[in-house]
Amino acid sequence: MSYIAKPKVTHPGLPRNELGLTVRDYEGGMSTLCAGCGHDSVTSAIVQAAFELNLPPHKMAKLSGIGCSSKTPAYFLSQSHGFNSVHGRMPSVATGANAANRGLVYVGVSGDGDSLSIGLGQFAHAIRRNVNMLYIIENNGVYGLTKGQFSASADVGSKAKKGEENLQPPIDPCQMAIALGCGFVARSFSGDKQQLVPLLEAGIRHNGFALIDVISPCVTFNDHEGSTKSYHFTREHYHPAIHADYIPPAAEIRAKYDEGCAMPVTLHDGSQIVLRKVDPDYDPTDRAAAIAHLEQLSAAREIVTGLLYIDESKPEMHELNKTTETALNKLPFERLCPGRDALRSLQQRFR
Amino acid sequence: MSTGPKDNDFTIKIANVNGTGSASANALLMKVFFRMGIPVVGKNYFPSNIQGLPTWYEIRVSGDGHLGRSGRVDLMIAMNAETYQKDLHELAPGGYLIYDSTWPRHRQLKRDDVHILGIPLARMCNEHFDTARARVLMKNVAYVGAVAALLDLDMEVIREALQRTFASKQHLIDANLTAIDLGYNYAREHFQCPLPFRARPMDATAGHIMIDGNTATALGCLYAGATVGAWYPITPSTSVMDAFKSFAEKYRRDPDSDERNFVILQAEDELAAIGMVLGANWNGARAFTPTSGPGISLMSEFLGYGYFTEIPAVVIDVQRCGPSTGMPTRTQQADIMACAYASHGDTRHILLFPANPEECFYMAVQAFDLAERMQTPVIMLTDLDIGMNDWMCRELDWDDAYQPDRGKVLDAAALEKMASFHRYLDVDADAIPYRTFPGEHPRGAYFTRGSGHNMYGAYTEDAREYQEVVDRLRRKWETAKRYVPEPIVEYSEKYRSGIISLGSCNDAVQEARARLRDAGVGTNYLRVRAFPFTDEVQQFIDAHERIYVVEQNRDAQLRSLLLLETRCDQDRLIPVLHYNGLPIDAAAVTDAINEDLQKGVAA
Ligand SMILES: Cc1ncc(C[n+]2csc(CCOP(=O)(O)OP(=O)(O)O)c2C)c(N)n1
Ligand code: SF4
Ligand SMILES: [Mg+2]
Repeated sequence: MSYIAKPKVTHPGLPRNELGLTVRDYEGGMSTLCAGCGHDSVTSAIVQAAFELNLPPHKMAKLSGIGCSSKTPAYFLSQSHGFNSVHGRMPSVATGANAANRGLVYVGVSGDGDSLSIGLGQFAHAIRRNVNMLYIIENNGVYGLTKGQFSASADVGSKAKKGEENLQPPIDPCQMAIALGCGFVARSFSGDKQQLVPLLEAGIRHNGFALIDVISPCVTFNDHEGSTKSYHFTREHYHPAIHADYIPPAAEIRAKYDEGCAMPVTLHDGSQIVLRKVDPDYDPTDRAAAIAHLEQLSAAREIVTGLLYIDESKPEMHELNKTTETALNKLPFERLCPGRDALRSLQQRFR
Repeated sequence: MSTGPKDNDFTIKIANVNGTGSASANALLMKVFFRMGIPVVGKNYFPSNIQGLPTWYEIRVSGDGHLGRSGRVDLMIAMNAETYQKDLHELAPGGYLIYDSTWPRHRQLKRDDVHILGIPLARMCNEHFDTARARVLMKNVAYVGAVAALLDLDMEVIREALQRTFASKQHLIDANLTAIDLGYNYAREHFQCPLPFRARPMDATAGHIMIDGNTATALGCLYAGATVGAWYPITPSTSVMDAFKSFAEKYRRDPDSDERNFVILQAEDELAAIGMVLGANWNGARAFTPTSGPGISLMSEFLGYGYFTEIPAVVIDVQRCGPSTGMPTRTQQADIMACAYASHGDTRHILLFPANPEECFYMAVQAFDLAERMQTPVIMLTDLDIGMNDWMCRELDWDDAYQPDRGKVLDAAALEKMASFHRYLDVDADAIPYRTFPGEHPRGAYFTRGSGHNMYGAYTEDAREYQEVVDRLRRKWETAKRYVPEPIVEYSEKYRSGIISLGSCNDAVQEARARLRDAGVGTNYLRVRAFPFTDEVQQFIDAHERIYVVEQNRDAQLRSLLLLETRCDQDRLIPVLHYNGLPIDAAAVTDAINEDLQKGVAA
């Protein structure tokens, strides 16, 4: 069970980040997922990203719904508050939490069942409100925790373990998010940590709702021949459209990029992502083009990955609301209560 | 039982079509009584519709201060041809009916035992006003003028009220005064004024205000320091957030930057609204959501989550007529059971039952204190009658020394001194654990989960560990009895019968008790103000042979809750039920009690 504490052996040689913390300080309890489950790889990518970003763990909050994927917040960031909510409703909890304190980093972890079936409405509305958070869907095409039923992201023709074929068209969270006006939309693969970690870093730094749809195979119920969310199928049809390199504010852009293919995007806090376009025709700042590109390639059964769409200009929830900079939960009561005299005078109109 | 109209003791009912601007004229009329110092209450019977359907406004004037629904009409202003027959029928024998005589009345519609007063309101207004809109609006003001003559209202008070309402818009004041005069003069010329019952100035409204419960609730949330409000619009709770918003825009803008010290989230549904409230409270803000029955149904899963994970939340259920969509613009107290045990599993919630807008204000504040002290959702149950009608109550007061009770919260300094922190340990043996907010201190981190957890906050499927936690929750429920508002008890050893009631039944019950007392039947009274029930409730039950449980639902839900949660046998609790959607009146109580007493005599 997950409360079995992971033995914390810190090797003296382990690298430390700017806060003097090692990667161990960002880990959580022992995973209870099936050996080889894609979700565990996402967990370790999150650990890596938080470590590399030098984030104080207690200034992060991790939230999830229900599912194997939603269990994972117990397996990373043990020094962060966690909120394992109810099925499909993590977006509303994250919205309320963020409303109360805009100063923390919010990471939401969900599954394809959690976000695209029971929670589709909340998922869409959190995007619409542009809640400042990183939202990860660990997408395996099935309900892992309830033993392998098709989810709403299952492709037409994909086969279940016992041979049943899915006939209904999938909901693509990325296309949907772009259509809904999400300012940061990416897709990745649990098996490609090199692509995933910088995307997570950029997503955390993005001002507003950042969606990363991570293909994360379920080894127990959806990794067989005929499944379109297996490790094998994903590797075969993996189409990295755009690599994103995350560059923190202070660092210099050291890597060399081919002219015309590299595209630096400055984030809210001054950090940058340099996008390396594998496909020179693709423009991830053009919403219509991004949707068309995704349509095209998914029709050809290609899994387009990378940072698919970015728009740093959108105001997030608090900017729209013109909320005070101070976290609401830190405002002294004196500033919240109008007091006795005000109550007296405002009651004039009730006479 | 009810006597005929007397000076300062009568009920006026105005039948209108909704969307014709009658609301402000009716409010004006009500305020005139209030400002003449006479106790008054205004109740609105409106359709779930925006324009074109019948709507009624009922003004009860009661020098004795009985402010429940009177259950009779002494003066009917029948402005809606469509409901004329019904309105005529409803008038008490000997009563007066005003109608617009611009058009002839249907000849079949008549009654010989009432007085019919025709006033050509439309014709007069057409002659005196130019625009179509003014002609429609001023008809309403003109009947106020007629009533002023018939009931001898203070014209100076009317003038002053208009001046206050329209402030600097002199042309509107003039137009309104013209319309008042039209009605006033017509009535004086054609009828004997005043009527046998009339208004007489008193001094019984000083120190009082006229306010609806939703506005008072919103003020309570504001004063309690709520910073996050989440909601999905639903009648009759909508005006809670409307009012909160307007207060917050005024009192919660930063004086320097004009930035908002609050966030209002219009959620996509009630599931999201309660999720937001839990998220915000978990994160250390005071957050609330106003809703009504259908919203409670949707919130159930999260309410159980809040109970089990021990997150404060304030939910305001402005009850309406169920089941299902029911009658959204009619009142009931039919969510008691649904709220008490909302959600699957062994779940129970603290409930508060304010009886009027005044209590809405104070109990809303108390709801936040209780929710944070007990670390659990608190549901305040009002209803449409309290929430949307105009009640006279004592001026609201505020103690500037008040500090919110945030309950057991460990801040960074406290955590720094601790070796370790565990979320669900019963450190103080009162079954209330300590909590921490995200962002304070690494040592404060814990994992909130609705799945089985042990006292350290860790996941468990262990039988003993699980049971430890749910047993402590049950003990915490016992602790809550020390914090919830105690019932209001009126007790005399002389009486063997008792009445238990709650919420908006209060005025009708008090009036019924007065009438019964006049007829030689004395009763004791306990008004529950919270669930869990405190010891006083048990004592009151033990002290009486017969107890009438008065409430506004079909299934005797308060009675059921009493049977479940106190030691009492069924036969001693007699249900007195009113559930047709109109606010309960005293007769509903006296009739039931008298009937029961008769049975006792016969037996
Ligand atoms: C209200 C409710 N209905 C049903 C369930 C049962 N349930 C638990 S997890 C799950 C599906 C999870 O699928 P997904 O989000 O894709 O997560 P995965 O396990 O695949 O990572 C379901 C249906 C539940 N927990 N709550
Ligand atoms: S059932 Fe599938 S999704 Fe769940 S832990 Fe196992 S491999 Fe992962
Ligand atoms: Mg899944």
